[in-house]
Amino acid sequence: MDLNFILKIVIGLLVIITFFQVIRLIELSSRLAENKDEVTDRSNKINGILLFISGFALVAFFFWQRAQWGYLTLQDPASEHGVLIDQLWDTTMGLIIVVFLILNPVLFGFAFLYRGRKNRKAYFISHNNKLEIFWTAVPTVVLSGLIVYGLMVWGDVTNVNNAKGGIFIEVYAKQFNWTARYAGEDNKLGDGHVRFYAPTNPLGVVTDNMYKIQSEDLDEKIIIDKEKLLVEKNIGKQKTISDRIDRNIAKQKMFKAYYNSISEEERKSGEDDIVVAELYLPVNQKVAMKFRSQDVIHSAYMPHFRAQMNCVPGLSTQFVFTPTKTTEEMRKNPDIIKQVKEANRILEGKGQQGNVEFDYSLLCNKICGNAHYNMKMKIVVVSQEEYDIWLKEQAETRMIKNM
Amino acid sequence: MGHHHKENFFSKYIFSMDHKMIAKQFLLTGMFMGVVAMVLSALFRMQLANPGSKNPILEFLLGSNYVTEAGAMTPDAYLALVTIHGTIMVFFVLTGGLSGTFANLLIPLQLGARDMASGFMNMLSYWFFFLSSLIMIASFFVTGGPASAGWTIYPPLSAMELAIDGSGLGMDLWLISMTLFIVSSLLGGLNYIVTILNLRTKGMSMTRMPLTMWAIFVTAILGVLSFPVLLSAALLLVFDRTMGTSFYLSDIMLAENGIMQVLAHDGGSPVLFQHLFWFLGHPEVYIVLLPALGITSEIIATNSRKPIFGYRAMIGSIFAIGFLSFIVWGHHMFITGMNPFLGSVFVFTTLLIAIPSAIKVFNYIATLWRGNLQFTPAMLFSIALVSTFITGGLTGLILGDSALDINVHDTYFVVAHFHIVMGLSAIFGMLAGVYHWYPRMYGRLMNLKLGYVHFWGTFICAYGTFFPMHFLGMAGLPRRYYDNTAYPMFESLISINEVVSFFAITGAIIQVIFFFNFFYSMYRGTKSPQNPWKSNTLEWTAPVEHIHGNWPGEIPTVHRWAYDYSKPGKKEDFVPQNVPLSKGEKEH
Repeated sequence: MDLNFILKIVIGLLVIITFFQVIRLIELSSRLAENKDEVTDRSNKINGILLFISGFALVAFFFWQRAQWGYLTLQDPASEHGVLIDQLWDTTMGLIIVVFLILNPVLFGFAFLYRGRKNRKAYFISHNNKLEIFWTAVPTVVLSGLIVYGLMVWGDVTNVNNAKGGIFIEVYAKQFNWTARYAGEDNKLGDGHVRFYAPTNPLGVVTDNMYKIQSEDLDEKIIIDKEKLLVEKNIGKQKTISDRIDRNIAKQKMFKAYYNSISEEERKSGEDDIVVAELYLPVNQKVAMKFRSQDVIHSAYMPHFRAQMNCVPGLSTQFVFTPTKTTEEMRKNPDIIKQVKEANRILEGKGQQGNVEFDYSLLCNKICGNAHYNMKMKIVVVSQEEYDIWLKEQAETRMIKNM
Repeated sequence: MGHHHKENFFSKYIFSMDHKMIAKQFLLTGMFMGVVAMVLSALFRMQLANPGSKNPILEFLLGSNYVTEAGAMTPDAYLALVTIHGTIMVFFVLTGGLSGTFANLLIPLQLGARDMASGFMNMLSYWFFFLSSLIMIASFFVTGGPASAGWTIYPPLSAMELAIDGSGLGMDLWLISMTLFIVSSLLGGLNYIVTILNLRTKGMSMTRMPLTMWAIFVTAILGVLSFPVLLSAALLLVFDRTMGTSFYLSDIMLAENGIMQVLAHDGGSPVLFQHLFWFLGHPEVYIVLLPALGITSEIIATNSRKPIFGYRAMIGSIFAIGFLSFIVWGHHMFITGMNPFLGSVFVFTTLLIAIPSAIKVFNYIATLWRGNLQFTPAMLFSIALVSTFITGGLTGLILGDSALDINVHDTYFVVAHFHIVMGLSAIFGMLAGVYHWYPRMYGRLMNLKLGYVHFWGTFICAYGTFFPMHFLGMAGLPRRYYDNTAYPMFESLISINEVVSFFAITGAIIQVIFFFNFFYSMYRGTKSPQNPWKSNTLEWTAPVEHIHGNWPGEIPTVHRWAYDYSKPGKKEDFVPQNVPLSKGEKEH
C-alpha cells in the first residue's frame, strides 16, 4: 500500500474532522451563552485532572519509547575512549532522567492538587530564603561534579599527546565523498594543498615528482598559448588567450612559492602515502586521523566510535581513537542483529533485496550541499594481519609515487 | 496627545505610531510568518516520513522547480525548506513576533507611560520588520531558490553559488532581509530600554516592576549588544561573496562546468564566521526565551492567585542567564577543531546556566504550591512551558558537556533539545501571552472552550513531535538529511520518523482552531470587562477601548509591587498596584 496515499487520506480526514469540531464547538458554546469564557470550578477540575494524567502520561510515553526504540540507539562503543564517553553519558543521562521523572509529575501534580475552587484562598508566601538557598546549592554542587567529571573525560579524549604511537591517516572531504590517505611506511603524511590538485593527484599531495609533472604541464600550457597568440588575428580572442597566459603565469608563481615553502623532508614523506576510497582500520591500534576539506565545511562523524571532527577548508583538524571491535564482532551484537533484520524486512517490503549487513560508516554531519545526506564512506575494522595484507595490496597501485 | 489630531485610515491602521497598534501589527505579521514556517515544516516532515514520495502540495505552493520529474521533493528544496523554516521561526516569529508584540503592548501599559519613548522609531521598527519579512518570502521565487545553507548560513557553503544553488540570489536576499531585520530589532530594542528606564510612572521603582518588564528589559539589552555582531558577520560575508575579500575563505577548490577551479580567496577562516554568528546566536536563544519566561511569570502568578515565588531571585536569574549567555557561544563549536582548552572554558560557563534555570523552575513550581489555580488557556500554556523548559533544559546538560557533544553534535538529539527548550517554550509563552492579553488588545475574550481544545491538541502533538527525536539522535542520525534511507542501517528509523511526522502535521492542523478563535473572537467574542483575570498590573486599569495616551486622565500612581494576590487581611484576592497601602500594611 502506498503510505503517502494513506497519509494524505489521514490528513484530509483530520482537516475535515477538525473543521466540523470547530463549528460544532462554537455552536455549543454559544448555546450555553451565560457564563461562557469564564473559568469555572468544573473546567478547573477537568483541566486539573487532565494535567495530572499528563504528568504520568509523559512518564509512560518516555518508557514506551525506550522499550520500542531503545534497540535502535547506538550500541556499545567500538573504541577505547568511547567507553569513557559512554560512562559519562550514562551518569548524566541517569541524572537527567531522574530529575525529569520527578519534576514533571510534581509540576502537573501540583496543578491538579491546587486547582481553583470558588471558596478557596491561596496561601500568601513571597519567598523563603532557606528554601531558595537550598535549591540553589543543590544544583550548584551537582553541576560542579558534572563539570569536573566532564572535563576530565574531555581532557583524556582530546589530549594532544594522544597521537603518539598511532598510525596517521588523513580523511579528505569534498562534495560529496570521502577519500582516505594512509601515511605509508614512514608513518608521516606528506603535505597537501588544493593548488597541487590534478586528476592524478586528487588530494593535492606535495612531492617532488608531482611538482615536476604539474609544473611542466603548466609550462607547456603557457608555451602553447604563446604560440597561439602569435597566429591569432581576432583581437577579442587575443585578449582571452593573453589573459589565460597571465593567469597561468600567476598560478605557476604561487604553485612554485607554495612548493618552496614545504621542506624537502616533508615532500619526501608524501611519496609513500597511499590514497584509497575505503577506510580499513586495524583493531586495538591507535589511529590518529587528520581531516581536510577542499570546498565547504564537512564533518567526519563515526558514531560507533564516538568520534567526530569538522573538516574545515584551510584548517587541519585531528581526532585520535583506538577501535576495539572488528566489524565481524560488532555484527554479533544482539541489538545490531535485530536492527539489521528490521532494515532487511523494510527493504524487502519496498521490493529491494534485503541482504544488508552491518558496517561501520563515516557520515557527513555538517550541511554541505544537496547530496549531504548521501556522503559516506565504509569503515572496516579488521585484525592487524588482515590490515597488513590489505594495505600492501593497496600500496601496489594506490601509492603516490606509483600514480 | 493624539486626540488633538484627526485620524485617518492610514495614520490609524498603517503608519500608526501608537504602541498598541504597532503591537498588533507585529503580532499579525508574526502569526503570518509562523503559518509560513509551519507549512514548510509540514512539507519536509512529509518527505521524512515517506522519502521520495510525490508531493503535489509542494509543487502547488512553490512551483515545479522544487520537485523532481517524478513529483518528489528535490534535495535542494529540502534544504531550502529547513533553512527558511529555521530562519523564520527563530527571527521572525520568536524574536520579531514575540518581543515586538509584547514589548510594545506591555511596556507603556504596565509601566504607566503614555506611549513608547519614540513613537516614530517604533513605527520604523515595525516597517523594517515588515519589509524584511516580505523579502524573506520573496526569496522563494528567485532563480536557485532561497538560501539553503541552514539557518546558520556557515560559509563557505553560503559564500559560493558553485557550492549550492541557494547561495546565489536567494542568499543575497537572505542577507538583505536579515540586515533589515537587525535594524528593526535595534530600533525596537533601544526604544524598549529607554522607555523602561525613563518613562515609569510615579512609584514604579525598578523593583516594583512586573517580571515581564524585567524579562523584556534584559532581552532588549541582549539584542542591542549582540545583533550588531551578526550584522558585521553578514557584511563580511557580503564582501566575501561580492568583492573578492577573504574573511572566511581559504584554500577552496570547486568544480565549475566540470573543471576544478582553485578560488583566489586565501587566508580567511570559516571558523571566524561561526564565532561571530554564535556570539549573536547564543544570546538569541535567550532573546527568544526570556520574554516567554517573563510572560509566564506574570500569568502563573495571576492565575495561581499567589505572589510569584522569589521575585528577587527571579530577577537575579534573568540577569545571570543574560550575562552567561554572552560567554557560552563556543559550545556550538566544540568539534570545529577549536583548542580543547577553550572548549573546557565553554563547558564550564555553559553548565553554569543550569543553575539560574533550575532556580526559575523551582520558583514556578513553588508558585503553584498551595495556590488557587485558575486554568485559563493562558495558564495551561504557561504550565506547559514550565514542563518543556524542564524537559528540554535537561538535555542541555548533555549537549553542553563537550565530551558528550562529540557524539550527538548536529544529530537529531540537538534538534529535539532546542525545539523543546527554545521552540516549544517560546511558542507556548507566546500563545499564553496572546490568550492572556487578547482582551487588552481587542477588547473581547477569546472563546474558552476552543482555547482548551487548542491547548490540549497542541500540547500532546508538541511532545509527540519532539520527544521521539531524541531517539533518532541517539541512533546517530544527522540533522538536515533529506533522506535517511541512503544508509541501510537507518532504514529501521522510519518507524520513529512516521510518529514524528504524524504528530507534527496533526499539530500544525490543530493551529487552525487557534486562528479561527483569534479572528472569530475579534468580532464575535464576549465583550471583556476591564480586568478579566483580576490582575494587579497597571494595564488592566486602563479603559478597554484603546485611546491615545492609554489613560483618559492622570496616569495612575503605583504604591506596591505587582504580586499582592491573596494577601492576608484583604477582602479580594488581588490588590492592584495603584491601590495605596492601608495603614500599617507592609509592602510584602
